[in-house]
Amino acid sequence: MPRKYTLLINGQSFSVDVEPDEKLLSVLRDELDLTGTKYGCGEGQCGACTVLIDGRAQRSCITPISAASGKSITTVEGLAKEDRLHPVQQAFLDEEAMQCAYCTSGMIMSAVSLLNQKQDPSNAEILQFMQGNICRCGTYPRIVAAIRRASGAMKESRP
Amino acid sequence: MSPDRQSTTAVEPERYELRSPSYVRFESNRRGFLKFLGSGVVVVCAAPRTAGSQESGRSRRDSEDDLPRELDAWLHIDPSGGITAFTGKVEVGQNIRTSLSQAISEELHVPPASIQLVMGDTRLVPFDMGTFGSRTTPTMNLQLRRVSAAARDALIAIAAKKWNVDPASLTAENGKIVDTSSTRSATYSELVKGQQITELLPSEDPLIPATQWKIAGRTLPKVDGRDFVTGKHRYPSDYKLPGMLFGKIVRPKAFNATLISADIREAESLPGVTVVRDGNFLGVAAETSVLAARAAASVRAEWKSDPQPSNGELFDYLKKNRVPKDRDDGSLHEIGNVKEAFSSTEHRLNSTYQIQYIAHAPLEPRAAVAQWDEDQLTVWTGTQRPFGVRSELATAFHLPEEKIRVQMPDMGSGYGGKHTGDAALEAARLARAAKRPVKVVWTREEEFTWAYFRPAGVIEVSCAANGDGKITAWEFRNYNSGTAGIRTYYDIPNQRIEFVPVDSPLRQGSYRGLAATANHFAREVQMDEMAAFLKMDPLEFRLKNLKDDRLRAVFQEGAKKFGWEKKKPSNGVGFGMGGGYEKLGYVATFAEVFVDSGTGSVTVQRIVTAFECGAIVNPDGLRSQVEGANIMGIGGALFEAIQFQDGRILNPHFAQYRVPRFKDVPKIETVLLDRKDLPSVGAGEAPIVGIAPAIGNAIFQATGQRLRSLPLAPDGLKATVKS
Repeated sequence: MPRKYTLLINGQSFSVDVEPDEKLLSVLRDELDLTGTKYGCGEGQCGACTVLIDGRAQRSCITPISAASGKSITTVEGLAKEDRLHPVQQAFLDEEAMQCAYCTSGMIMSAVSLLNQKQDPSNAEILQFMQGNICRCGTYPRIVAAIRRASGAMKESRP
Repeated sequence: MSPDRQSTTAVEPERYELRSPSYVRFESNRRGFLKFLGSGVVVVCAAPRTAGSQESGRSRRDSEDDLPRELDAWLHIDPSGGITAFTGKVEVGQNIRTSLSQAISEELHVPPASIQLVMGDTRLVPFDMGTFGSRTTPTMNLQLRRVSAAARDALIAIAAKKWNVDPASLTAENGKIVDTSSTRSATYSELVKGQQITELLPSEDPLIPATQWKIAGRTLPKVDGRDFVTGKHRYPSDYKLPGMLFGKIVRPKAFNATLISADIREAESLPGVTVVRDGNFLGVAAETSVLAARAAASVRAEWKSDPQPSNGELFDYLKKNRVPKDRDDGSLHEIGNVKEAFSSTEHRLNSTYQIQYIAHAPLEPRAAVAQWDEDQLTVWTGTQRPFGVRSELATAFHLPEEKIRVQMPDMGSGYGGKHTGDAALEAARLARAAKRPVKVVWTREEEFTWAYFRPAGVIEVSCAANGDGKITAWEFRNYNSGTAGIRTYYDIPNQRIEFVPVDSPLRQGSYRGLAATANHFAREVQMDEMAAFLKMDPLEFRLKNLKDDRLRAVFQEGAKKFGWEKKKPSNGVGFGMGGGYEKLGYVATFAEVFVDSGTGSVTVQRIVTAFECGAIVNPDGLRSQVEGANIMGIGGALFEAIQFQDGRILNPHFAQYRVPRFKDVPKIETVLLDRKDLPSVGAGEAPIVGIAPAIGNAIFQATGQRLRSLPLAPDGLKATVKS
């Protein structure tokens, strides 16, 4: 039976009526029209659906709505502050770290989570953390460069 | 028309997915289109005779007051100064929205961001066969360049008339026409106001030598990049219409199955669910995707299918199942006397190579939204062939094409895998029954199962060479995988090259580079085998048998960057190369591989690729394509393979079908040879052909193991090391 859930997404509160086992991904995309978060596999294997839940990267395609309710959810639509892109978004542009860009929002959300946890990750730490995100176009080296660039930019902007 | 040009416009036989009957016709109402555009300056470009126009049998019945039926591109400058270009090509991640905008911007002297590019909308753009075969850059880039230059000249002519000056004294600068003899200038907007000018450029071979270009290629970031990093861009699977339902297809348990019976009572009892059974098609539409999935799962269907081949017997099957004579489009190329040359040459080798089916696995699966308005159908879908999908829909629904509009929002890649309109047909069928718009998005499992695959193949190669390293005879027989790249570019006096078409056990079709990947693998590994047999350096052996200067250049430049001469295998590290010529581009790839003798794991540590595709349009975009092709190619080279049994796919998930990930990526260095004296050609495909043989040859150097099957080492080399 559908139930009412309150979701806090990108600082805004939303109320939805869905089944408890419905996944966060389909609620975001179908109910709330937040389509920046992508379906890639529905099994947590590709990372295209990555969002931040309380600041940590989570695969929204395998996260039941009941587990996301009441927590702070950030999607790719919520990263930029007004017109100012998040340093990770800007770095993806600067490094041309995309081709078809379907994986890009998941990559960016994973990278933000990584940099939230570790300001200056090593190359090996970047690869380890990002291993669950697939880019079929093969822009991996550019994504690594973008994460390094964003890490540098975020370090500089810290007091 | 040069032979090269012909070879790129012909549609290769292995594009199996395109063989379905086609009823391609051109839109009827061009004058209506011009009315839609309103006033301003319109420049249209007539298409050269291409494979597309020949195949569709469209006739040229142009009257004086009508525009030609075959147009390639057009461009409109409206009274507000807005610039809109229209092309049938589509953006699938190869970055042509940017490189085409760049071409227009440089001829029209306006910022790229000010140009609107309408792509792949069958109601608004000229007919296009499809975005495949690396043809956008050699054709569309130049057509839009010509159209833009003509529009600029038309603006200059308007200004010259207005000011009563010689057009030669006027130039275009930053959206204005400027009189160099005074300080006078006028914006494009001011000039086109009140004008109604239509200019038609004649058909012309678009291969204008690059030396005649006025501008040089330079790097330009993705024009709409910001929409992608903010999640704003809407891919086909992101489309949503008011009142839209979600569709779900009930799939058979095996390929080629017939629906015997279906109990749909439970599905029909669910609120708001529509169930459609039409022949072998069985699907549902519901208010939510969750409900649609539940309804589909509740259908109890009985399917009947005959026993079908499995992986275990694949290669034997391919050799024994040549297609019947009435469908046989096999080919044979013979020069010299192969038999005699083999018997009279000192050294000879025979090898058999095998290639497994692999999947494109685009990260965005097939998706479509369909909407009916009476008997008018509109579909938004991810496809490399919007007009081809329109044709499929017209056939399926017995409609004239004029009643169907296919729109293609920039999609989540294709790699040759999205040439057909499966999801569009499904969504349209469900939408017709439900009388509401329906969206169908394939699951990953459906994508791995019901799309088509890169063909599997068996390739038998025999080679004869003298002790001095000169090849005298070459025999090459390809079963099933295809003819792209089948001819050898080495200079060999006696050749016999054959393609044997086979009734494939799985649905197969185009993949990045087509069979060129398989053919280059077999050829370049065989070259390595013969070099090893003759105890010659593999680079020296290739160059000794190679006359083509452009191919020699990429091998030599790549070798220099790689440091080939100084590389000696040691401690499990080996070095290999592979290269060739495909889709008019020249490539040589060098790989450094480490094989852990304890675990048998294979690691590609470094890749150097030298690539030449004529004059470079967008250097960074090109570098990205070469890197991406190498990374995608690592999957097919080392571990990707579709496992199947009796009409079922056994590994339809990313957890089972391994694709390259972050840790699989070696250090990649790209050497771009910029030949400004040669026409630009595409780069989405050719750079993928060298990586598999380069890795295979490097593994041989590292271990002495000669691997002749793709994928080379899906589970590492443990077993071979032990034995």
